[in-house]
Order: sequence, then C-alpha cells, then structure tokens
Amino acid sequence: MLERGLEEKTYVLNLGPQHPSTHGVLRVELHMEGEFIIKADPDIGYGHRGHEHMAENRTYAQYLPNMARVDYLHALAYNQGYCMAVEKLLGLTVPERGEYIRVITAELNRLTSHLLWLGAYLLDLGAFTPILYTFDDRENVLDLLDYLTGSRLTYCFYRFGGVPVDIDDDFTDGCRKFIQRLRSRLPDYDNLVTKNVIFIHRTKDIGIITKDQCIKYGLTGPMARGSGIPYDIRRVEPYSVYPQFDFEIPIGEQGDALDRYMVRLREMEQSLRIVEQALDKIPSGPIMAEKVPKRLKPAAGEVYTAVESARGEFGCYIVSAGDTKPYRIKLRVPSFGNLSILPELAVDTLVADLVAIIGSIDVVVPEIDR
Amino acid sequence: MEAMAQPAAVSILGMIAGLLGVIVLVSVNALFLIWMERKVSAHMQLRPGPMEVGWHGAIQTIADALKLMGKELITPKDVDRPVYLLAPIVVFLPVLLSFLVIPFSQSLVIRDMNVGVLLILAFASLTVLAILMAGWASNNKYSIFGAIRSVAQNIAYEIPLLITLMSIILMVGSFSLADIVEAQSAYWFVFVQPLAFILYITCATAETNRAPFDLPEAESELVAGFHTEYSGMRFALFFLAEYTNMFIVAAIATVFFLGGWRGPFLPGIVWFLIKVYFIIFVLMWFRWTFPRVRFDQLITFAWKILIPLAFANLIITAFILKLR
Repeated sequence: MLERGLEEKTYVLNLGPQHPSTHGVLRVELHMEGEFIIKADPDIGYGHRGHEHMAENRTYAQYLPNMARVDYLHALAYNQGYCMAVEKLLGLTVPERGEYIRVITAELNRLTSHLLWLGAYLLDLGAFTPILYTFDDRENVLDLLDYLTGSRLTYCFYRFGGVPVDIDDDFTDGCRKFIQRLRSRLPDYDNLVTKNVIFIHRTKDIGIITKDQCIKYGLTGPMARGSGIPYDIRRVEPYSVYPQFDFEIPIGEQGDALDRYMVRLREMEQSLRIVEQALDKIPSGPIMAEKVPKRLKPAAGEVYTAVESARGEFGCYIVSAGDTKPYRIKLRVPSFGNLSILPELAVDTLVADLVAIIGSIDVVVPEIDR
Repeated sequence: MEAMAQPAAVSILGMIAGLLGVIVLVSVNALFLIWMERKVSAHMQLRPGPMEVGWHGAIQTIADALKLMGKELITPKDVDRPVYLLAPIVVFLPVLLSFLVIPFSQSLVIRDMNVGVLLILAFASLTVLAILMAGWASNNKYSIFGAIRSVAQNIAYEIPLLITLMSIILMVGSFSLADIVEAQSAYWFVFVQPLAFILYITCATAETNRAPFDLPEAESELVAGFHTEYSGMRFALFFLAEYTNMFIVAAIATVFFLGGWRGPFLPGIVWFLIKVYFIIFVLMWFRWTFPRVRFDQLITFAWKILIPLAFANLIITAFILKLR
C-alpha cells in the first residue's frame, strides 16, 4: 500500500526556491491533489554559508560581523546574544548606560523587523499597498540606526563590554519623533488591515497551532505567544536591563494566523513603550566596560545565552578551549524550530493558505541555513 | 453596376476605417491605462510613480512597449507549440471585436446591432478560452493552475453578470446598447438599480481578473499565473487584452447604469470617456486597497451570494415592471 499522498493522481509542485512568497530561498516540495496539499516538505540549505564553522577559524572579535548576516532583519538581537555570551565567558560587566543603548537600538531594530514583516505578509495575501507604508515607517528607524551605528541593515554595533558610540540629543529627539509618528500610524494599520473582511477571512482559523504543538516543536517568539504561551525571554529569563521596564507580553488565544498577526502588531506598541521608557530613564555614565583586554583569550569553559529576537529565542552556545578562537559555536535560531511545524500545518490546505501560513511564521531563511 | 458597387465599397471602407480606429483606440487606451494605473497606485502608496520619461512619465508606457517589442520571444522547450503561439492572438481578438457595438456617442458607433449586449458577453467569454489555451500549452504547473482558476472563476461570475444586466434589459426591452442609452434620457439606471450596479461592478472586477479577484495571476501564489511562460510582445498582448477588457467592462457599466454618452454641455464622447475612466479608476482603487480572496471563498461568494442576489434583483424588477 502506498501511503496517502503518493498515489498516482497526485503530483509534485515545487514552491521555491525562486518564488515570490517563500521569503528568500526556501523550497517547499508540495505533494498536491488538485489545489489541496497532501504533504509539504520544506527543503532548506540553499543559503548555507557555514557560519558556525567560520567561528572556529576566527577570533571572537572577528566573528562579530557574522552575527548580522545570520538574521539580517533583527541583526542587533544577534549582536547582543553573541556579545552577552562572550562577556559571560570573559566575566565582563556592561555599564548600565551601555545596556540602555543596547536595549533602545535592539528594540528599534525589532520594530524594523516587524514592520517589514507586516508589509511582506500583506503582500503575500495580495494587498500590495501596505508594504510601501510600512517601509516608509521603517525608513525612519533605519535613518536613526544609520546615524548611530553607521549601517542600515547588517549592524555590527555592540562590542564586548558595551557599545562604541554614545547616543546624543539628535538621536533622542529623532526617536521621540518616530515614536509619535508610529503611534499615529498603528491605528491606521488596524483600521485598514485588521478590520478588512477579506484579510480576516484569509487568516482566521488558518494554520492553527495548539499549545502542545508549540512545545513539541520548540516554537518560540510570536509563534508560541500567538497560541497563548506567554514565553518571552525578556520576561522569563530577563537579560540586560529589561526588568526595569514596564511592558506587556501580548498573547493570542487560538493560535491561528490572525492571532500571530495581532501578537506582532501589539508587540510593536510594546517595543515603542520600552524605547520611550529607556529614553526617559537612561542614566549617565560610561558606555564601555573598563579593562576590556586587547587580546581576547577566555578561559576554557562553555556558556549559553538567549535573547528574544523578533522571531523568538536566539541562543548562542560557545565552547571555549582557552584559545583566542572559539572551539565551537552553536547558534540556536528561532526560525528553524518555527518552520519545522510547517509540514503538519500544511496538510489539507490550499496553496493560498500555505502562503498565508509561511508568511505568518515570519521565517528568515538565511537564519535557518546559516 | 457602379451605383450598386459603391455602397459595398463604402461599407468595406467604413469597416476598415472602423477597425483601424479601434486598433488605435485599443493601443492608446492601454498605454494610457497602464500609465494611469501606475500613477493611481503610486499616489495611493506615497510615491510619485513614473516621472522621468515625458511630463510626469506620460510616455513611460510607450518606452516600455518599445522595450517589450525588442525582447526575445522565448518559447520554452516542452510547450504545445501551436496552442502556445495562438493563445496571445486569441486573447486579443475578442476584445477588439467587442468595440464594434459600443456607442461612444450618439453617432459614433461602428455597428449598432440589436444583440449588442450578447455580442460583447459572448466575446468576453472567449477570453477564458485564450487563458485556458495559454495555461494548458505552457506546460507549467503554475500556468495550468492559473488557467483552471480562471475558467472556474469566469464561469461563476458570468452568470450573475448576465442576470444583473438582464434586469436592465427587462426595463428597456432591447438588447441594443444604443436603445439602452436612449432609455436613460430622464434618469440614470444606477439610481433605480443600485444593487444591480454594485453586483455588476463586483462581477466585472472578477471578470477582468483584477484584485481582489486576481486569482488567475495571483503573484504571491502562482508567480504570474497563466502568462508565466510568455515573454516580450506575447506577454504584452495579454497585458493589452487585460487593460482593454477593463475598458470594455467599464464601457458596459457606463452604458447600462451611468447614462452612456448623456450629459450636459460637453459632447457625448467626452462624457462617455469621463464616465468610463471613472469606473476604471474605481476598479484600480479596489486593486490597490484590498487583499486577495482565497479561491474557494471566491467561488462560494459567486454561487451563494452574488447569483441569488442577482436573481432576486431580476425577479423584483420583473414584478415591478408587471405591476406598473
């Protein structure tokens, strides 16, 4: 007996790696019966660059720029995760002002990631216009981060022990202006998109993930929160100065694509709140730890740190053999776990639903391929 | 002999002049509409759109058309050659012929037939055949998806379209487009048949395969749908047909609901074009503001909502006419 899905009347459809809705270089092998998907098989690895292996041939500082290329949409969270791991290995403490700048920039970067996702997701659903509005907003953040860090996408801003550049009044004013601007824009997105009947029909009850499935597949970030699990590293394993801020962890109820959409939309408001509080509370003082050794040679040992990236838990596991180069680095990327549930979600859906589901996963494929 | 031959010659000359006129109109209209679409979408999206070639990019589409003509016509390997080559021509012919009966003004109509409506609708159905040919012959799974979707969609939406127009035809008692315009001398039918107008615009959007009903070429799902494998001028013909189709459905809407060429002060043709381009603007407005519906939702919408509503509208119209 052939298992269902491999009978003669089915056929194989290659969705990707060059396809408008697979976000990068994801290939999904679809076994189809008519327009219904019987089996979906994500094929990853088209963007493999060997980031983990590169770590073994580079010093700790030389590896830092690699971090921005793993998840290019939320590069600063990856900067932070890696820096935190190395600092833990070296026993460095980041001064408070440095941590505040890290939080401000990382949250702004999270906003760029979510704004891009919002536009791209609606593009997947066939609405072309929103992406230009979200890019318009995103441009403001990029300008701010460009002013501070010198780059617009692949940031390499944090250093072991702090940050290299302090924020000034221009940056602070720009941030406040942007917060006001995005706050006035978010209700528009809500009115024009969230209340659109076609949008609701396309996302409601699509790709439902139960809490058990979340745990089984190791889903993190908005994927888990959409299913009602309030799992956010910033809250459950607080790092940096996040405990000093007042923010909520938005969660969904049902775990469908609409819930994940709502979680991300409300997360943007929370990120704005965090940035606003950080700008108000930022203490004066140094931005870099004193006595950071010129030549980093941590003692043998292993560390694991996790940060909340825009897509979920990013973990950085470093094994040091007491050399100037790490012995081994393992990156725990959220998209890998998040994508792994796709075969289960895709069964018995239409191609259009699959596009809606892949979009709601918010997958960054180079992060999976590494 | 000579006296007898002359009317035939004049008639043939008239036909040729009409055909040339239509071809010019179709090309200019498509060039204008593509520019208009780009401008409308751009201004809805916080950007200026084409600005470089000509005044506000006015002749950008001419440059694009020239570029498309210069492109290589790629015929992929395992296509069904004759059907593949025929499809762009088949898609273009019916839209060209539909212009025969459209009354641009009181006198400017190539041939006023007493079955004008049926002629247009029959030719509109032929477009589906071309799309099916293109999708089938391309030997590409995405293309055939687009083609199958297109056929199912067009069959589903042609029924309410025709029934909606039937209620107007009942009121006028004629299939001739000129008669329908004549009948609106006192008031436009959009005011007495608002439901029919809304139904018609909805069906027309689906009929022309435009967002939110653009499933045959749904970019994020099917790459480019039925014309995925077409390049150069062959692709341009599909493009041209799409925009000309828009003009035709807008022209029908104008004739049936907005009083055709009727209007004060300005000549008839001007009023006609103003109304047509207004309807087209509304269609563009839809496209750039709505997400795309899913295929099963689209078909459900047609069979369970539009067709019953259209029938109800027809029956109510018939009752009222009988009682009057």
